[in-house]
Amino acid sequence: MNTLVGTRHLIRLILRRDRFRLSVWILVLALLAIGTASAFIGLYPSEPERQVLVNTIASNPAIVAFLGPVFDASIGSLTAWRVGVIGSVLVGVMAALTMIRHTREEEETGRRELLGATVVGRNAPLTAGLIVTAASGLILGAFCALGLIGVGLPAAGSIAFGLGYAAVAAVFAGLSGLAAQLTQGAGAAKGIAIGIVGVSFLLRLAGDGGSAGGLGWLSWLSPIGWFTQLRPFAEERWPVLLLSIGLALLATVGAFGLAARRDVGAGVVQPRLGPASASPSLRSPLGLAWRLHRPALLGWTVGLSFVGAVYGGIADSVGGFLDDNPQLTEIFEQLGGEAGITEAYFATAMGILALIATAYAVRSALRARVEEESLRADPVLATATPRIRWVSSHLVFAVLGPVLILAVAGLVAGVLYGLMIGDVAGQVSKVLGAAMIQIPAVWVVVGIAVALYGLVPKYSDAIWGVLVAFFLLGQLGRILQFPQWALNLSPFSHVPTLPADDLRVTPLVVLAILATILSAVGLTGFQRRDMDG
Amino acid sequence: MAPVISTTGLTKRYGPTIGLDGLDLEVAQGEVHGFLGPNGAGKTTTIRILLGLIRADSGEVTLFGRDPWDEATELHRRLAYVPGDVTLWPNLTGGEVIDLLSRLRGGLDVAKKEMLLDRFDLDPRKKGRTYSKGNRQKVALVAALASNVELLILDEPTAGLDPLMEAEFRACINEDRNDGRTVLLASHILAEVEALCDRVSIVRAGRSVESGTLTDLRHLTRTTISAQVRADPAGLSLIQGVHDLHVDDHRVDLEVDTDQIGEVLSHLTGLGVVSIASHPPTLEELFMRHYRDEVEG
Repeated sequence: MNTLVGTRHLIRLILRRDRFRLSVWILVLALLAIGTASAFIGLYPSEPERQVLVNTIASNPAIVAFLGPVFDASIGSLTAWRVGVIGSVLVGVMAALTMIRHTREEEETGRRELLGATVVGRNAPLTAGLIVTAASGLILGAFCALGLIGVGLPAAGSIAFGLGYAAVAAVFAGLSGLAAQLTQGAGAAKGIAIGIVGVSFLLRLAGDGGSAGGLGWLSWLSPIGWFTQLRPFAEERWPVLLLSIGLALLATVGAFGLAARRDVGAGVVQPRLGPASASPSLRSPLGLAWRLHRPALLGWTVGLSFVGAVYGGIADSVGGFLDDNPQLTEIFEQLGGEAGITEAYFATAMGILALIATAYAVRSALRARVEEESLRADPVLATATPRIRWVSSHLVFAVLGPVLILAVAGLVAGVLYGLMIGDVAGQVSKVLGAAMIQIPAVWVVVGIAVALYGLVPKYSDAIWGVLVAFFLLGQLGRILQFPQWALNLSPFSHVPTLPADDLRVTPLVVLAILATILSAVGLTGFQRRDMDG
Repeated sequence: MAPVISTTGLTKRYGPTIGLDGLDLEVAQGEVHGFLGPNGAGKTTTIRILLGLIRADSGEVTLFGRDPWDEATELHRRLAYVPGDVTLWPNLTGGEVIDLLSRLRGGLDVAKKEMLLDRFDLDPRKKGRTYSKGNRQKVALVAALASNVELLILDEPTAGLDPLMEAEFRACINEDRNDGRTVLLASHILAEVEALCDRVSIVRAGRSVESGTLTDLRHLTRTTISAQVRADPAGLSLIQGVHDLHVDDHRVDLEVDTDQIGEVLSHLTGLGVVSIASHPPTLEELFMRHYRDEVEG
């Protein structure tokens, strides 16, 4: 029997299920690129103005590590630098989630068997998932290319930008298809697929951050780094696309190869047997939550420690960046000379770390919602477990998880930098302080998540939109000259920029109080509402 | 003695759909109570109200004489619950789930757990995601049956079990009944309810339509009689309470209201009975009668 029979119907099914989801992804990502380009056009119309931008903000090593280098001062190049890496990460996440959702998740829930019994070939689901995901990337790429050309950017660069996104989608579609074959659980498969995106980001972070130290080659190991290396609008290097196409094909072949070797529902990694009875620690809602949150907490802590290590490791070369950049030096000198430079650098770096840690916090807070929707909350709440204890057992990870993550990442950055300049004690407290001071702002986002969850549970996922908005306000707001009141909407705007700034306690207290009020409102709402299911 | 479960006029709406529309249910101490109705009739909604997971819009509900919403935590020490749709945590083993839920309820009877694992032939070392539907159900059943509670609330607990395990389940429930435990058994499997339950409530479209012992309920319905007689059976149609009379020469098929059965029998005797077969209404017929109205109406 033809193993691809029914692919067309499956594609239609996926499109029917995901028409809203995929449209939002594509629309938001395309608008992010086009909107940023048109904002640059409006705000920095002349080349010298843009050159100042390139020489100041865009040369902060913390930013270069995070976003990659900026190649020239054209509008297109600035746009590609500003949104390219973040956009590529999001495209990767979109591809990973879409692939796992329509392959492994379908198998785990047994819906795949329902379909398998009808006229659907063995390879049809994987093929359909790959086609839809890759096509989504191409459509997104086309939107970006047309939109960028539409706002007046050069056609070649716009097309390179669009193809760059499409290539990222294709690569991660293939790699996620591979991940989907490995484990029996969709959760684990999703973790692996997103983990691959995360590692790709970290590789290019280390590569771009450490390029002065000879680590630049690391970027070339990362599909996200390839977007930067494609250099849209800065003498495009088209052959880089071949790397993406090659890896996408390789991963796809691998996925089909593995799929052929396993049964429906089974993974390549065989499940092992576990303990027949629970350990003594598994006796409370918190004990259960610990089991459920442990892998993610560990993964995020390790991942962010790596980011911290890169930031700490390249801090010493910050001064070097400035030697050829009198404008930036001037700005930093106003902040307090040589010391001010690294301090401002660390303030930026820890702000970026805090945003990533917030993503962990949001994910952990939403775990309660996942448990509720999957009906796993009901059996627990039907025992002598008060609601408030159950929900708190998950929220404790959202509240304390980012504290742990930021502490470890800040510590790693501080120790590494301290070792390099021979002042561990002094630097650790400074860098750690810069990391920890972000926590009240993280908690405000957690508070909003709890409020949504308690009052309007069906819209809990809107917190991701809120987080992206705060992220864009913080990352784009100043460059795009947003009004102050708009910048003030983000809690992260109110955090004193330690260690460069003075420590002002009032905004921190206000943020903490706000977070407490939001959480209290959410918890009260949760106590009163029906469990959803 | 006060009932273990009592609801009067419960209503619950989900947006425009009506979940419950004035549901009455009473379960006495020590009885196995069948809660019968097809999917979507409101069984699960009622159970979730009883567990304090959701709140009724109106009506009264008590569990052990107390409010299941306000005093949920205290009440839950006294009951165990098996959901109709059992989902387990993918990375916890069945044994871990059983232990955890029992401990959260306030205690684990290890000997009883081992015994039940054995009887239900369940491997507790497998991870949640690797169990089949039937085995997930067994995990929830063992977790509930292993705890020494006063009340078991079971929502279609045998939906995924094979006949052998279903028999084992019935044996367990009978033992629990002998121990004086109260059981609320929501089901649409009539044979199971017929075999296990002391009393039955039938629910339709969010409303209870019938409640009582099986004997009570049978009284409300008709008995089927088929007989071969010597004389002409024409006079039978004159007796009150006879329905669906079919006469084919000396052969008679009829249905009779159960309280008129004596009248019919003495008439038949007068005609000279050659052979006779009669059977009381099965729960199935009873059930179909209530639901036929719905289909027709």
